[in-house]
This record gives sequence, C-alpha cells and structure tokens, in this order.
Amino acid sequence: MSESLLIDISKLGRKAYCFPVLDLPRGFEQALPEIPQELLRQKPARLPEVSELDVVRHFTRLSNQAYGVDNGSYPLGSCTMKYNPKLSEQIAKLEEFTSIHPLQDISTVQGCLSVMYNLLEDLSSITGMRWGSLQPCAGAHGEYTGLKMIRSYFLKRGDVDRNKVLVPVSAHGTNPASAVINGFEVVTVASDSEGLVDMDDLRSKLDSSVAALMLTNPNTLGLFEKNILQISSLVHEIGALLYYDGANLNAIMGMATPGDMGFDVIHLNLHKTFSTPHGGGGPGSGPVMVNEKLVPFLPKPDIELTDSGYVYNWELPDSIGKVSMFWGNFLVLVRAYVYILRMGSEGIRAASMHAVLNANYLKSRLKDSFEIPYAKGCMHEFVVSCDNLKKRYGITAQDIAKGLIDCGYHPPTMYFPSLVGEALMFEPTESESVETLDDFADTLIALLERAKADPAYLKGCPYTTPVGRLDEVKAVKEPNLHY
Amino acid sequence: MVYPYIPHTDEDRKKMLDAIGVASIEELYEGLTEELMLSDSVPISHGRSEDEVLRMITSIAQRNSKGIPFLGCGCYDHLIPSTVQALANLPSFVTAYTPYQAEMSQGLLQAIYEFQSMICEITGMDVSNASLYDGANAASEAASLMIHAKRKATTVLVSSTIHPFALQVLTTWATGAGHRIRLVSEHLGVADFSQLDAEITDDVAGLIVQSPNRYGFLEDYSGIAQRLHERGCLFAISSDLLSLAMQKSPAEWDADIAVGDTQALGIPLGFGGPSCGYMAVTKALMRKIPGRIVGATVDAQGRKGYTLTLQAREQHIKREHATSNVCSNQALAALMTTIHLSSLGWGGMVEAAQQSYVKAHYLAYHLAQLPGISLIWDSPFWCEFPLVFSDAKRMRKFLQELRNEDIFAGVRLSSLTRKPQDELVLLVAVTEKRSREELELYLAAARRVMK
Repeated sequence: MSESLLIDISKLGRKAYCFPVLDLPRGFEQALPEIPQELLRQKPARLPEVSELDVVRHFTRLSNQAYGVDNGSYPLGSCTMKYNPKLSEQIAKLEEFTSIHPLQDISTVQGCLSVMYNLLEDLSSITGMRWGSLQPCAGAHGEYTGLKMIRSYFLKRGDVDRNKVLVPVSAHGTNPASAVINGFEVVTVASDSEGLVDMDDLRSKLDSSVAALMLTNPNTLGLFEKNILQISSLVHEIGALLYYDGANLNAIMGMATPGDMGFDVIHLNLHKTFSTPHGGGGPGSGPVMVNEKLVPFLPKPDIELTDSGYVYNWELPDSIGKVSMFWGNFLVLVRAYVYILRMGSEGIRAASMHAVLNANYLKSRLKDSFEIPYAKGCMHEFVVSCDNLKKRYGITAQDIAKGLIDCGYHPPTMYFPSLVGEALMFEPTESESVETLDDFADTLIALLERAKADPAYLKGCPYTTPVGRLDEVKAVKEPNLHY
Repeated sequence: MVYPYIPHTDEDRKKMLDAIGVASIEELYEGLTEELMLSDSVPISHGRSEDEVLRMITSIAQRNSKGIPFLGCGCYDHLIPSTVQALANLPSFVTAYTPYQAEMSQGLLQAIYEFQSMICEITGMDVSNASLYDGANAASEAASLMIHAKRKATTVLVSSTIHPFALQVLTTWATGAGHRIRLVSEHLGVADFSQLDAEITDDVAGLIVQSPNRYGFLEDYSGIAQRLHERGCLFAISSDLLSLAMQKSPAEWDADIAVGDTQALGIPLGFGGPSCGYMAVTKALMRKIPGRIVGATVDAQGRKGYTLTLQAREQHIKREHATSNVCSNQALAALMTTIHLSSLGWGGMVEAAQQSYVKAHYLAYHLAQLPGISLIWDSPFWCEFPLVFSDAKRMRKFLQELRNEDIFAGVRLSSLTRKPQDELVLLVAVTEKRSREELELYLAAARRVMK
C-alpha cells in the first residue's frame, strides 16, 4: 500500500500542535514597532494542516516502508552497517546534553568538552595519530578538511607547486571530488593484478608536483595494501603526504594503526566504525586525526585541558579555520564515545577480528557459486563479480540485489568498485551471527539457482515491496521533486 | 569477556575457521607484517558494562549547567512537539543507510520528498536538496555553485553582516582552493549596498547575504537581484528557516539560491550539532545544486514511487569532475524538521515566529529603559537583538549576576568575532518558548544590576 502525502489529507483548521497563549501585558502588542511592509512575506507556504494522530500514523507507516539494521541483515559493502547500541541512543538523549547551547559560558559546558576531549584522546590512541578535530560532519567533510590542511601545510613551507593528489582507481568517489574542490588536480593510480596499488604506476606518478596520495587500507576490494610501508616511504621521499580514508578502519582497529603505517592525516567515519546510526543518510561524523606535522593546521578552536578545566584555544595562527558552524555533530560524538567506553581496548580489537572472520566465512560460503576476481585473502569485506552470470544468463548485479530484497535482506553494495564488472560488495560486519550468515548464503545461492533456471523471474524482482523497480529515466527526464 | 554486540561463541568461531581453512583469526591478517601488528592493546581503558558507562557519562553530563537560554546566534531554543522525538526515533529510520535501494526504502524517500517540498514552499524556490551539514556549509556550497556557474569567476561577495562563524567557514572554503571572498561593508547594522555596482567586477560570481543577520536585523534586498543578474551574477540569501514565516522569502527577493539552517524547526540545541542545513535553488540551477535529491516517478505497473535522482551531478558518478563532494548529509535531522513542520502547519509556524517576535520586542523594550544599556541601531529585528553596554565591567557583572540566577543572558559578539570593537555588544535571543515568568525574571535581575 502506498502512503499518501500528508499535504493530500490536509484540511484547514486541523491542528497537531498548540502553542501556549501569549501572556504579555494587554496592549503591548499594539505598541510594537511595525516591520516595514516591504520586508514582510506576502505568500503563505503550503504545509500540511492535520491532526496529531494523522502525523503519528503517517510517519509510523513511512517507517514501516524503511529498512534499517534493526530490521535485518545489511551487508552493504564500504558502509559498515553494524549494530547501533541502544545505550548510545539513551545517553545521547540525556537532557544534560540535548539542552546545552553551543555558545554557553565555558564554565557551564565542561561536561560536553570532557566528552569531546576524551573522545579525541581515545581516537588518537586507536589510530596512532597525535591529535585531531571533531568538527567535520561526515566522511567527505573529513576528507575536505584533511586536504585543506595538506594544502596549508605546503603553502606554509613555500612549496606552492604541489598541485596533484594521487587517488587509486578503486577509491571512493568522494576522494577525487574532495581533492578537486580543494583546487588539486587528480591523478589516478592503477591497480595491479592482485587488486593492490600498482607500485610501478605509483612510482611513475610520484614527483615534486604531488601533494598527497589518498589511500583506503584495507582498500575497497577488502584487501590489505601489504606494501603500505614501502608506499609510505616512496610518498614521503618526494616530500608528499599520505592520506588515510578511514572508511575501512573496522577491519584493523586494535590490530594495527594508520599512524604506524605512515599516514600523516586520516579521517574516521564514526557512523561506520564506531557504531553511531546512519540515520537514513546522516548525521554522521568525520573527525580528522593528524600526526605531529599537521597539528598546527587543525581546524579551530582546539580543546585544551588546563588547571581551570577545559578551554577553547583559538590562538592557532596556522589553523585552516572553522569547517562547521559550531563544534561538530556533538550528539553523534557522544554515541561514539559510549561505544568506545563499552568495548574498551580488547573490545574494539574483537570487533575488527570478528568483522574479518565474518567476511571470510561468508566469502568461503559463496566462493563456489560466485566469481571472486581478487580472491586472495580478504579483510572485512569482499567483492564478487556477476560478469559471467550476465554473459551466460543475462543476470546482472542489480538483478541479484533486487532478488535479495524479496528474501528479506538488504542487498550488498552494487557496481562499486568500478574495476570489478557487475560488482557486488559484501560487508557483513561483526554484528551478524554464523546462523544469519549461513541463512544469507543459503538464500543467495538458492536465489542464484532459481535465477539461472528462470532469469525472467529475477528480472521482475522485487515483488514484495510497495513498488517494483522504478523508472529512473523518467525521474531524470521529468523531474518531480516536490509536491 | 563476552561482548553483547558480537554474537560469536567459541563453537561458532571454530566452525567458521574450519570452513575458511585457517587455524586462527590472526591468520586472516596475513597482509599485516610483524612490524605493523600491534604487540599490545591500544592504550584506552578496558570495556565497561552498560551500567558502568551510564553512571560514568551521567556524572560527566552533570558537569554541564542548564539555564534559561536567551542565546541564539544560529542555534535557538524553540518549542518542539512531542511527535518529533517519538517518530524520528523509530528504529527503521534511525538505523537505515542512505536509501540506495528504493523499493525497500520508500518511507525514507517519501519523507525526504516531503522535506524538499516544504523547503521549496517556505523559501519559494523550485528545487531543494535532501539537506546539507549546516547553514555555514550550505553557504559554502552556495559559493561553490556560484563559482562553477560563471566562467572565469574567482570571487564571491559576502556581506560583512553574515554570522561570524559562517564567514569563517566560507573563508576556510576559499583558502588554498583559488577562490576569494570579498566583503560588502555594513552601515547601521545592515549590509550596505551603496557601492554594489562598483563591487561587482568581472571576477565576481555572486553575492551571499544573511537575514536576519549576525545582529538579528532584517535586511532590505530591494533591487539587489536585478543588479546582480544584469552582470551575470547569482544571488544567495541565508536565513533561519523559521524567520521566513514572517520576512520576505528568498524567492520574493528574486534570489537564485536559498540557504540556511532548519535547527529552529524541531532540532534540539545539542551543543550545536547535529543541525541541518538546507539549500534550494531556481529551476535554472536544478542540475547544479549539490547533494542528494529525491524525485517521484513510477514503476512498471504505473505505481507512484520515489527514488534518488539527478545523480549525474554527484561525486560517486562524477568523481574528479564533481563540483561538490557531499555524500552523507543530515537525513535524520531533516526528518525531525519534516515531522515538526507537519505538526505545526503553516499556522503554527507563523505563530512560533510571531510570538518570538513579540516576546523579543517586549524584553528589548524594557531593557532599553535601563541606564548603561542601549539598543544599537534602529533597524527592524525579529527574535534577536544587540545590546550595547556602557563599559566592560558592567557587562561582565550583568552576565555573572544573571548566570547566578540560571539565566544565560546572551552571547558576547566578541566571543564569535574575537574583535575588540565588538567587546561591549551582547546578542540576546528570545523565542516563543520563553515564558512571561522567565522574561520578568530576566528583567528583574537586569534592573538590579543596572540601576
């Protein structure tokens, strides 16, 4: 059943909320200064006029047509859809956090600053970096901030001609986009036959015009860049910096650190690795962490602990400045801090190890049924190709994904990374039990067998959802973007 | 130790390792050479039980002090209907990813479509995206859009009356990326456009202004759009979304881009984040607006449905040809605004804006009677206004005495700009949530200090 738009059941005069009656002294309103007519709005906006129960039913029904980690397994590669602990939600809703204004006197926000300071300390330890900033609101925002700092670092040194950022072909789309909006030229580095950075290609592209190499490790094929120390020395030899995209940190937490690998600046995705909910596309949080070289360039203000408590430090002459309106997505930071406190040093390590165990187990269950192009070892995720299925049966990665929806599972990531044809990328995370993984694998294999026998069936999937596959060409050609 | 978030038993691990064909999980980390493998656990504390964490954080949280906030500057304490918390916390909204799989995400997609519709209605613009991080980042995205819309443009004009933090975020945006921010000066607390024609040089891509501005004043943009458009430049107005219930909408000023925060509509203070930025544009800029967009379409059976659309604009398709890197936005915060607006309706939105206006003027009128405080400039304001103190000592005493009564009396402008000339300016915000009693408490304390 499709749900009406709330505006379509709107009826003038219905109310879902009442304000207290204005109780200022009689006559004061008449004495108010007039706002000049030319500054006043003329045209009312069309918003729903409905009852409170209308609102409640509408959004409850919409939530019934959504699917989250709480509904079922969500093996979306590169997105780390792990369980979001209820304790984090409970604590993030404490009134002592939600009712605090960002510009209160510093003496009245020591609790908030304590959370942020301690979170920064723990993230520094976990990543092996020196210090960081919690201002960025998402992973891409962290990339933007990190690259801005790299730019400032070279400008400060008078090294003004470093205009290139190297990005592997398997990188997330945000990497090249973040580089370009910071005024860098993007140079793509090839992958070798194993799916790792092609060392010869890298060497040929490293010169004094390169500012940084951006790497995800493990990379988006789920493979650990085992030459990382060599890559790090090559990059540093020519005076460039090494950037770590933290999207896949969930594979190595507590086992190894980006700091030890030689990374100079990294961003984290607290909504992936540290279990804060994805919220249907945000709010996330993308802290940047740096080593000694880049500390002076961090966004301001910094938070410092002094004898009189936590203070902001604005006196950072080399800082790139602010990147967010206030201090970052604070209530997301609270959730991540709760997760770290709950798990502790052994717990975060256990999380990574079981994420890797789950991915390898699922891969072992699927390897006889699906083509796995870069089969040698995987960390927390792996990529299969539906190229052969497409050739033999006309079955695409998208068809498999849509078939899984009817089986009650969220599909894996489709068509990424682009160096694998008809790619499906699986990241089960540590949250799933062996029974769930077995059921998922059995379901997927059975789906595949059915599809081979009856490709037309799969082409029609999904059948169980409120709508079937949507006409995306029509959506683009005849844009209908609001009511 | 057993971790409730990791379901594996010893038996499970054995079964799984056997199936994989390795003896231990560590073997799966073969790429990690010995020099990279940590020999010891990372130096953070050991794990804690739920109860221990709850006690610990509750005691940290209690180091914050709550008061009656007369604080604004981009973050406001408005009333929020109970429906917002209850519905925005539904787990399939909270724990979902971006709705890439449209068929199983119709609810999320429709909610975003309704959000976009409300943003378009309130701003009067043609196309809204699904949200951006916050108002300051929305202004930076507006600047990027302008630069990319005009060939060879390098410079964006920005009013010196925009929020000091938004200006700092814009300055960061320009630094090192080859862009320039040039300030339009102010006069009597509002942007001064008397030199605008001379300021629109060939390198200028557009103008960004803010109303209510950094002081709370409403600005007059009569004729501005035309002067910009004649020179091939774009016009962006940043506004607190709630203020548009009273003041002229960006479309009514003939703006090309509307940006700002929706925080005043359903999002708690939360120490400043998450907030929710919005951006809406004219139809002409539809294919240049950054971020996710949801559109309505049909399936093969002709049933109406919603999907992410116009994705050719976005980073995951365009990569190094993209003009924005936005990926995740503030979906759940945007949902809170959508539920809030659905609960208020237009009538409720106007009432919230008007009550804020009346109450702010009540407080301002009475404070202006006191010796040692004055209202600077005679420009019209909505729910926030600047007070000037005769000297710094009295200002400090004022803030301290009121804080002793749990009243947060206002934001010092110099705490945002870090400029000595702003030292004596206090920005006071009043929303419909402030009761008569709270207003009188403020006035009584102010009278005691400033007699």
